[in-house]
Amino acid sequence: MSGRARAMQVEETSNLPFIYRQYEREQLLDALRKMHLIRRFEEGAEECYMRGLIHGTMHLSIGQEASAMGICMPLVNEDQITSTHRGHGHCIAKGADVKRMFAEFFGKTTGYCAGRGGSMHIADVSTGNLGANGIVGGGLPIAVGAALTAKRLRTGKVVVCFFGDGANNEGAFHEALNMAAIWKLPVIFVCENNGYGMSTSTERSTAVANVADRAAAYSMPGVIVDGNVLSEVAEASHEAVERARRGDGPTLIECKTYRYRGHSKSDRNRYRTKDEIDDWMTNRDPIKRYEAQLLEFGIATSDELEAIRGSVQQEIDAGIEFAKVSPMPAIDGLADNVYTFEA
Amino acid sequence: MNAPVREISYSQAIQEAMAIAMEADERVILMGEDIGVYGGAFQVTGDLIDRFGPDRVMDTPISELGGAGVAVGAAVTGLRPIFEFQFSDFAALAMEQIVNQAAKMRYMLGGAVSVPLVMRFPAGSGTGAAAQHSQSLEAWLGHVPGLKVIQPATPHDVKGMLLAAVADPDPVMIFEHKLLYKMKGPVPEGHYTVPLNKAEVRREGRDVSIVATSIMVHKALEAAEVLAGEGVSAEVIDLRSIRPIDRETVVASVKKTSRLICVYEGVKTLGVGAEISAMIAESEAFDYLDAPILRLGGSETPIPYNPELEKAAVPQVPEIVDAARGLVRGVR
Ligand SMILES: Cc1ncc(C[n+]2csc(CCOP(=O)(O)OP(=O)(O)O)c2C)c(N)n1
Ligand SMILES: [Mg+2]
Repeated sequence: MSGRARAMQVEETSNLPFIYRQYEREQLLDALRKMHLIRRFEEGAEECYMRGLIHGTMHLSIGQEASAMGICMPLVNEDQITSTHRGHGHCIAKGADVKRMFAEFFGKTTGYCAGRGGSMHIADVSTGNLGANGIVGGGLPIAVGAALTAKRLRTGKVVVCFFGDGANNEGAFHEALNMAAIWKLPVIFVCENNGYGMSTSTERSTAVANVADRAAAYSMPGVIVDGNVLSEVAEASHEAVERARRGDGPTLIECKTYRYRGHSKSDRNRYRTKDEIDDWMTNRDPIKRYEAQLLEFGIATSDELEAIRGSVQQEIDAGIEFAKVSPMPAIDGLADNVYTFEA
Repeated sequence: MNAPVREISYSQAIQEAMAIAMEADERVILMGEDIGVYGGAFQVTGDLIDRFGPDRVMDTPISELGGAGVAVGAAVTGLRPIFEFQFSDFAALAMEQIVNQAAKMRYMLGGAVSVPLVMRFPAGSGTGAAAQHSQSLEAWLGHVPGLKVIQPATPHDVKGMLLAAVADPDPVMIFEHKLLYKMKGPVPEGHYTVPLNKAEVRREGRDVSIVATSIMVHKALEAAEVLAGEGVSAEVIDLRSIRPIDRETVVASVKKTSRLICVYEGVKTLGVGAEISAMIAESEAFDYLDAPILRLGGSETPIPYNPELEKAAVPQVPEIVDAARGLVRGVR
């Protein structure tokens, strides 16, 4: 029975939140599965880091899964995204295989970037992910460029540009939004506002109360959603995608959310309180909230939810194993891919 | 007269220098991303915010171009900002203000103003931070007249050179290798300065001059130790400043040893070593050379993430040893 059909028995369809009207049961459960996959992937990566299997640093998006997933729900494989340093969720939500992500983190040849990029440059071009970025705001103009291609070549693709609240104070943000607007490009700017750029709160960094308020300066809709409610995010994304595909130009969506972990592996969390973190974790967790709705609307049973978690865990374990046994790159390949052809 | 000397780390030495400068002069302020309660990405500013407050230890938004420009404007008009880039790679976002404004303002205005600005750049590879957080870009800025560009290699030098930089009327760019931050060394208490235009001979030798910058000074010293065991006497020069370059010290050394190797982490081609080599080729030391000049620099690639590839991308001790041995024994 489809989600639509089953939910209908519970309530008038029109009263249900957006996704329960829009998507089939299978799609709804797949979204949950991916949200779990994102979280378990990051927990797994964190464990591997602690055990010294992964070097460098990483930025975890635990607590922000609904934003990545909700935005990607209306997208098709050919649509493209640009991602950020906190980009594991985007990568998985857009359809990447966690095996190859783990392999990348382990620096192996089977990783998405052949071991050259690591967490901060994770990408899967085959599912439309043009890459995470080590430069805050670096992806914004690139997304506009990708949207220019889509428009010129009439590919029908839309481009989603993920960025953090911190990035909205880079010049690149303002320049990118302006160009997207004057050229009416099919791009959706998605600000994942988790309240802080590293240690600096948006109150201290940003002159407007909401990043979405800045949309007005570039004549595009600015939409604010609870980024921890999957349906709200997906609905805003859906509208923005339709607008972009119609040729009506860009939208700025601001997902209000929160990161549970420190900024990176070297954060003393001095700039926020434990109470604040606890409150978000206990009362506003995106996965818990989504699961509660699935149960409430009779879309899944708790046994079914448990089964999803179990299968996710298996996928994670298999991914880590794959990464471990994969080969290291050869040292003489150091200069591979600096150029397309030998310079 | 002689201040007590203790062992402190490179990052503590920087912090101490900034505190001394701020204590001595109200006009000195710190600017940068997350340098306040966070203490800086590498904990260099640490708890200075508790001592000097948020008005003098200013967190900027993530706005490198604007932030650098504000620092330039403040410097021209009477403050003495010390501006921290979170990673030297982000200088790329601020190049306009550094290169077109800070470096040239005094000149363009016929000497009517000066720009007493200090910028700090955590640089270099070795932390697994991959291609956009590991570069050694000092040669970029070394190419710009109007800037002074230094690469202190020890806790002692970074403190003294930072204090000299704050006192200097012109913009001084300090490249700090991230792997040096935890390195400890003897540092005198209190105020002292180290000149911004003088190289330092770290180890005297007869057979070959190794001119190194930043972390490569330490690798060169390690290599010199190994070479000594093989009967090769290497002189190690810590260049300390790449603009200006202390020609005199390098030329004198090469005249003595007749052989030159330049070791630096920045990409080899068009880097610091190219300048040193050309300088020697143009100098009276040229006639003393018994062997071609060698450069050991970073590979012609971005810095890769994989740790083994990352190591392979920059000069390591065995390579320096091999190069010096080859040069001295005449096998290349
Ligand atoms: C141009 C640039 N400046 C600074 C940094 C260092 N940095 C990395 S992430 C980050 C905070 C970004 O905050 P935000 O955009 O809100 O994203 P979040 O980390 O909260 O997901 C900073 C300052 C960087 N990577 N690039
Ligand atoms: Mg943020």
